[in-house]
Amino acid sequence: MHHVLALDFPPVAHLIRWPNFWLKDSKYFAVNKVVLEMWLAVIVVGAFYFIAARRKALVPTGVQNIAEMAVDFVQNGIILQTMGPEGLAWTPFMLMLFSFIFVLNVFEIIPFLQMPVTARMALPMFMALLVWVLYNAFGIAKQGPWHYLKSSVAPPGVPKAMYLLVVPIEFITHFFVKPFALALRVFANLLAGHLILITFAVLSTALFTSTKVGAVLPGALLIALTGFELLVSFLQAYIFTILTAVFIGGAMHPEH
Amino acid sequence: MLHLLATQDSGELLKGLTAVGRGIVYGGAAIGPGIGIGLVVGNAITAMARQPESAGTVRTTMFLGIAFTEALALFGFVLAFIISG
Repeated sequence: MHHVLALDFPPVAHLIRWPNFWLKDSKYFAVNKVVLEMWLAVIVVGAFYFIAARRKALVPTGVQNIAEMAVDFVQNGIILQTMGPEGLAWTPFMLMLFSFIFVLNVFEIIPFLQMPVTARMALPMFMALLVWVLYNAFGIAKQGPWHYLKSSVAPPGVPKAMYLLVVPIEFITHFFVKPFALALRVFANLLAGHLILITFAVLSTALFTSTKVGAVLPGALLIALTGFELLVSFLQAYIFTILTAVFIGGAMHPEH
Repeated sequence: MLHLLATQDSGELLKGLTAVGRGIVYGGAAIGPGIGIGLVVGNAITAMARQPESAGTVRTTMFLGIAFTEALALFGFVLAFIISG
């Protein structure tokens, strides 16, 4: 226990590490709360689109309406803005990426779950590696290996001597920093949000047990922050998807 | 001061210095992106106010700019957790 201003604040490892309750001794396949939430997210997203697509009404209602809004958002807000009309073939992939990450994120504020899956590095890193493989594979397929390497590490219009400096930087950026930052962005945002919510929850509880009235302000802030975290969940899913679109679009059509 | 340091338990001192280091790492990492995101959003608002019809494109680009700038602050945030005494 850390004591912050005479409050008992649990160490960070306690807030994101959950006990294994199935396949406990397995090093890689142990199941804990985060893994269960991940499976739940797969079921929720799958069931949502399954129900939405079951009865294809001309005038959408209910679930179908929300699903069509999501498709419209991904097509008009993400793909057309970054990849152009030929990127529309990517709609299923981008839609799944967006929906899945949003559901994983929003578990942060769902009562009784209250732990974002993306606050552990594993799943963001896996998804970023998937994106890394995709944009490299499509870049090589569309441009050929040599031309793809040249267009991604040597931007045109730079003085010749500067390439000594630019090429190593661009190489590290393109092949290492991009996927790492992509995973880190969603991970760190959700971890920070989770910690902030816990901080205010601990503060409110401690002040309520000691002074009753003192809990009003942090309690109100906790509710406001919960709303803010809903926005963050949406925004991070959007940013992950739009960056994926930018990377894949950029690998397929380099700047000349 | 030196006497005080010498009489302290070195484990306690290490803990305290680790905490100070973590604070400095995150605080330092937040300065640049703070200014950067301010510039990005401020200029995006100027652009939207001048040309409201281009608001959609500007907003998309603004979020991209924010995402790239913010990454630096997040590196600092994660580094602060990695540092251990």
